[in-house]
Amino acid sequence: MIKFSRDRKPLLGDWLVIVIGAIAVIYLFQTLWSNAPASQLQIRQADKIIGTYDLNQTRELHIHGPLGESHISIDQGKVRFKQSPCTNQYCVHQGWLAHAGQVAICLPNQISLQLIGENKPYDSLNY
Amino acid sequence: MTRSTIKKTSKSTSIQTTKADHHIAKLTALAIGLHVLEAVFPSPLPGVKPGIANIITLYVLIQYGFGTAAWVSLLRVFASSLLLGHFLSPTFVLSLSGALLSLAALWLAQHLPKRYFSVITLSILAAFAHIAGQLLIVRLWLIPHAGVSYLIPIFAFAALVFGIVNGVICKRLINSSHQIS
Repeated sequence: MIKFSRDRKPLLGDWLVIVIGAIAVIYLFQTLWSNAPASQLQIRQADKIIGTYDLNQTRELHIHGPLGESHISIDQGKVRFKQSPCTNQYCVHQGWLAHAGQVAICLPNQISLQLIGENKPYDSLNY
Repeated sequence: MTRSTIKKTSKSTSIQTTKADHHIAKLTALAIGLHVLEAVFPSPLPGVKPGIANIITLYVLIQYGFGTAAWVSLLRVFASSLLLGHFLSPTFVLSLSGALLSLAALWLAQHLPKRYFSVITLSILAAFAHIAGQLLIVRLWLIPHAGVSYLIPIFAFAALVFGIVNGVICKRLINSSHQIS
């Protein structure tokens, strides 16, 4: 049996853990919810990265998925699904993406867009 | 690990149980009750739950040691999933991975000096380990996409808040049980 202090209030170490925990949470919010403008767009089809494109251009992309062709348009710093062969059209309704870390996924057609900032704030693959 | 033995006689099979078995069973029943009760309440955000069943795990850890706490925690995960119909579904895997990482954190944290760290610390560390275990499964298996990282701050915040609340409740429980005995 472990004997702990009978005091009801948090102990010194508890306060330390609470403060460190709070700092960690604030840090997570700052790094993962950054509103830094994005500079690059990464497109994935199934589990393969199809390509990384510069966002500072005006360009139409046509990506092939299992359902057909998805139209993706890049317009000077922002990107959207313009047209998609999927039935629910969630990806199209998501609209323009402009901030680093934002994602739009079209599950039926297995295509995803991910925006990357100047320095990628968080790399979950290597985390 | 428990000392129950199964005796087979010519007429019937009887299971001999020890006092420890009964204790684990009672505490697990309590934890299952809380787990199922919590499952009934709607959550503002899917996946964010207070985890009140963990209060029992912490209480058992303090009063009866780590071995009993591990039994109660894992039996609770298996039995609740059977009751709720989640057994072997993604929900069950999430629950199990969270419980396993929580136990790992508790196993390490129980060696912290008791003068400075109470059950509140254990509760917070277990809560963080719990979401870490769940997010790991979500990222590796259910939604293998970097977009999951968007949810991490919300879950971490919930873990901190509920970790503190559960820890304080557990501390009060332990104190009141000391006063009775």
